[in-house]
Amino acid sequence: MDNFWPGDFLPHWTTWIWPLLWMLIKSVVLLTVLLLIIAYLLLFDRKVWAAVHIRRGPNVVGAFGLLQSFADLLKFVFKEPLIPAASDKIVFLLAPIVTATTALAVWAVIPFGEGWMIADLNIGILYVLAIGSLEVYGIIMGGWASNSKYPFLGALRSAAQMVSYEVSIGFVIITVLLVAGTLNLTGIVHAQQHGLGTHFGMPGSFLDWYWLPLFPMFVIFFISALAETNRPPFDLPEAESELVAGFAVEYSSTPYLLFMLGEYVAISAMCAMTAILFLGGWLPPLNVAPFTWVPGIMWFLIKVVAVFFMFAMVKAFVPRYRYDQLMRLGWKVFLPLSLAMVVVVAAVVHFGPRLVS
Amino acid sequence: MDELLGNYLAVVIFIGVALAIAMVLTIAPFLVAMRNPDPEKVSAYECGFNAFDDARMQFDVRFYLVSILFIIFDLEVAFLFPWAAAFPKMSDYGFWAMIVFLGVLTIGFIYEWKKGALEWD
Repeated sequence: MDNFWPGDFLPHWTTWIWPLLWMLIKSVVLLTVLLLIIAYLLLFDRKVWAAVHIRRGPNVVGAFGLLQSFADLLKFVFKEPLIPAASDKIVFLLAPIVTATTALAVWAVIPFGEGWMIADLNIGILYVLAIGSLEVYGIIMGGWASNSKYPFLGALRSAAQMVSYEVSIGFVIITVLLVAGTLNLTGIVHAQQHGLGTHFGMPGSFLDWYWLPLFPMFVIFFISALAETNRPPFDLPEAESELVAGFAVEYSSTPYLLFMLGEYVAISAMCAMTAILFLGGWLPPLNVAPFTWVPGIMWFLIKVVAVFFMFAMVKAFVPRYRYDQLMRLGWKVFLPLSLAMVVVVAAVVHFGPRLVS
Repeated sequence: MDELLGNYLAVVIFIGVALAIAMVLTIAPFLVAMRNPDPEKVSAYECGFNAFDDARMQFDVRFYLVSILFIIFDLEVAFLFPWAAAFPKMSDYGFWAMIVFLGVLTIGFIYEWKKGALEWD
């Protein structure tokens, strides 16, 4: 590039600028769609909760309350943002940004369908686990920067709880990887095309997915996902009766909104991970004619919403855990159980009969 | 652009867009919402009392213990990831080596359980 002139720029235009623009467009589209889906998942959550309580739930804004989440967004934006005088102001405002950004970042590698993703990383699941671990920083920063007692205690509890359950989530993921033999999320879904069902001569079906051979891990993963995302019955960081609202006590306006958004994005990411690891991702429940006509992305979304429905039902009718019970469940039940299952699954896959070719 | 760079650059751009959305949302109320802070409003919330002392106080050592235990087990998980990825082509030696490693960590786990590091009362 000694003699730079516009013609030199031409090859860069095709090799760099267009791919970058295309990535940018894809990211913006995915994030917009994702946030729209989250808005309706939030409404769905409230509707399910209301239905269990025999209430109607939000039904005023728009038909059947369909615009409720957007009204909430506008209300948050027009509320007065308060920054406590004693707080560390920069960290205080940075915390919700970190929470929301890390929660959204997980979605970069989630495959919605065959090839429908931002980046097909060959270490996709490691990326999900790593970025998922970073979410705890946002909460710790928020709790510490508030310089108030309830947020501080809430953040400590939240951090301890999240890291405790992350260990068992890690072990559960290892068992899936042992069976699938790849770290790539697309590869894990493809590995579920063959399994118990096809071994006995059936066409590809829901019997091939990992929820059946790894059923105990499926249950542990679901419960750990509840605890990891501070979802009821494990919502101790924001237990109203003890800590008012936990790490979010001092927050108002959109910083608070970003915490809630981060929480729901993390929940939906956990639902997506459950769908990919155990429920066959975008694979149809039966690989025969009427089911294969439906595009894969629809199956994926149906599975995500179904798992989210279970999250919502658990929130509606399970009473809250006590903190010592929570830690006992994490460290004394799930950790030994999942550790033992890693060894059992590894032994079966290594020495057992080859179910999967 | 090769595939590796393309994939990771896409992730960076995606995180950049997510960060932009979060920052726009954070800044928005400072521009459009009414701001009228007074000393009571910006004081730390403590159920109506004035804050008694600084909130950055002593806390239970168990939280610290949990984070140390987390590091041990999370490292173990991180070790298991490449092992699991290579598992279909694993020799018996590779299999037993990891079982021994897990056994050593299990002994440590039993020790900390007996020591009461996992008790919350």
